[in-house]
Amino acid sequence: MTKVLDIPKVNAKNMTEKEFFYGHKACAGCGGSIAVRLALKVLGERTYSALPAGCMSAVGFIYPQMAFNSNAIITTFPGSASMAAGIAAGAKALGQKDFKTVVFAGDGGTADIGFQALSGMIDRNDDVLYICYDNEAYMNTGIQKSGLTPYGTKTTTTPAGKNIPGTITHKKNLFEIIAAHDIAYAATASIGYPQDFINKVNKAKHVKGATFIHVYASCPTGWGTPTETSVEIAKDAVDAGLIFLAEYEDGEYKLNRNPKEFKSVEEYLKKQGRFKHMSDADIQCVIENRDKKWERMRKNWL
Amino acid sequence: MKTNKIFISGDEAVAQGVKLSRPHVVAAYPITPQTITVERLSEMVEAGEMDAEYMHVESEHSAISATMGASAVGARTFTASSSQGLLYMAEGLHYCSGGRWPVVMMNANRSVALPWSIYGDQRDSLSLLDSGWIQVYVEDAQEALDMIIQAYKIAEHKDVLTPMMVNLDGFILTHTYELVEIPDQEMVDQFLPPFETPNKMSFENPKNLGFSSRPDDNTEFKYQQNEAMFNAIDVIRKTDEDFTEMFGRKYHGMVEEYMCEDADVVLVALGSVCGTVRVVVDKLRAEGKKVGLLKIRYMRPFPVEEVKDLAKRVKAMGVIDKDISFGYEGTVYTNVNSAISQIDKYVYKSNFVGGLGGRDITKAEIEDMYNKLYAGLENKSEETVEFFSLNVEGND
Ligand SMILES: Cc1ncc(C[n+]2csc(CCOP(=O)(O)OP(=O)(O)O)c2C)c(N)n1
Ligand code: SF4
Ligand SMILES: [Mg+2]
Repeated sequence: MTKVLDIPKVNAKNMTEKEFFYGHKACAGCGGSIAVRLALKVLGERTYSALPAGCMSAVGFIYPQMAFNSNAIITTFPGSASMAAGIAAGAKALGQKDFKTVVFAGDGGTADIGFQALSGMIDRNDDVLYICYDNEAYMNTGIQKSGLTPYGTKTTTTPAGKNIPGTITHKKNLFEIIAAHDIAYAATASIGYPQDFINKVNKAKHVKGATFIHVYASCPTGWGTPTETSVEIAKDAVDAGLIFLAEYEDGEYKLNRNPKEFKSVEEYLKKQGRFKHMSDADIQCVIENRDKKWERMRKNWL
Repeated sequence: MKTNKIFISGDEAVAQGVKLSRPHVVAAYPITPQTITVERLSEMVEAGEMDAEYMHVESEHSAISATMGASAVGARTFTASSSQGLLYMAEGLHYCSGGRWPVVMMNANRSVALPWSIYGDQRDSLSLLDSGWIQVYVEDAQEALDMIIQAYKIAEHKDVLTPMMVNLDGFILTHTYELVEIPDQEMVDQFLPPFETPNKMSFENPKNLGFSSRPDDNTEFKYQQNEAMFNAIDVIRKTDEDFTEMFGRKYHGMVEEYMCEDADVVLVALGSVCGTVRVVVDKLRAEGKKVGLLKIRYMRPFPVEEVKDLAKRVKAMGVIDKDISFGYEGTVYTNVNSAISQIDKYVYKSNFVGGLGGRDITKAEIEDMYNKLYAGLENKSEETVEFFSLNVEGND
């Protein structure tokens, strides 16, 4: 595997001015579109992007207005990993070299309906970087619960009422499920920490074979947050310990950020329409779940 | 011409045809009775006889997704399925034809659960007639091999760019052995040049594919897709003629007429049962009856002209359907009937539904169909739809 030191660094100063995802119709402040834009700048011109049904494909390819300046294709909702794998295999068979195939799929497209194909892709070690932009619900269809919707969230299929307080399950443990495939490289990130995300995309770019990045990407429309706070909220989630920044590489987990103290969970939640209804007991449940997870991560990953 | 005949099953004949066509990517998921094809292809790749990426996909949905992805960068692709697997691909089948990716697939025709049955009928592919794929049905292993080669030429034609499904009856064709002529690789290379398409992503000319359309444009895309399917008719005829010229074997394009020249009563059928019908036609002809067979080769595009042309010349037409569209009639019949209705003439018509879930269609049953057609004609009956040789009481 290429050593990290050998990889040329990419940052805000030396990053290309070229835009590869531009003129799309995403809502103002869309975190998913920030993730796609940054990743494509790191990956560069010689990229094939595959996007399943979901917000980023819905806002990017409305004929005749195409928002990708490099090769890109919408895949079936369940089939992004396999279509990307087919692209990589086809291009290889045609003798093409020095290119990257990348998937940008939502949380639903990744942790739910596209999971089987993703697992197959990692199992075969296809030369594809799979990026899951996690806005914690099926946004494109109008904010329904996915397997990555966190506890307490009010969505249109988990309405909060007298009897059920919104979503009653916790987020699927996606990162560790992916790592359990013994993938060459996997990471979590947040658009609230853009340089960290850029570094991880850059690292994955230089790994041959299947790689995976789970990036937390705010959605003002689905979360009930002001458009100008998207980056801040995505940072808050990390600082409150609800989202962690980590890597899995050479069979080892690494925790990239291990804050001594977490910022207030309650404050993070109360800023967002989707959590406004939560009772103290439900907030306590979120905190307990967070603490259990961190105890385990600190014990095993440090 | 030097000949190279080997004794192989229909599944193996398909694998030979695929190898000769030099696909770049093969992605398939096993299902009886298709498995032998993908096993042979894996062996060919392992042995270095075939220079293709063999993708061990985890499902049929991924098989079709992967082949579409490879096709979208200009690679030649192959997949194979059957029954439950074909249905699991259904989303991808429509997607593939809409994307205009000339993927070639072998479908081993098999019944569809429930009840479970691994044996043959044609309900799987016929239920996907509207998915936008060219569908051809073959009668023997040789035709299966030859049609794989032709399929690439037809599907990849610039005026067609539509995926193609080569259907062969489960077990009856997939698992029975025949002497099959293996065409010469150099001749196949000459017949089938490398795949070229403007409809691909590349670094020289980047493209956004698989996009959304607004109501303003959608109908036009679908219109073009339909036109491409009609364009395929001429391409199919021409490809078959070129094939005959090069390899000597003749399949007659969209349909094959057998003893129809002066026929009064004909049966219409798809696939392997045509072999049995031919035998019955020979017997009845020897008895002086003017009977014939129309072997429909292509269900999409549909041979409307050929069916109309024959209907003008005969008095009665029966359609054998190894399929049923519940609450109506056999799907082949619906299609044939629609073509017949375009001519201004009385033809007695009847639909014989049977051979489901692997039940043999016997010579005696076929002879009985011809007799029923004669009787119906004599009585100037209305059309009839019947499940033949039923073990339970029908409700009429
Ligand atoms: C097979 C299939 N089922 C359902 C849909 C409807 N659908 C399209 S996008 C979507 C939600 C996508 O959610 P996610 O993957 O989280 O991406 P987001 O829209 O949030 O960006 C759904 C349910 C579909 N297109 N295909
Ligand atoms: S709904 Fe959310 S994810 Fe979708 S485009 Fe708008 S902000 Fe982005
Ligand atoms: Mg989502």
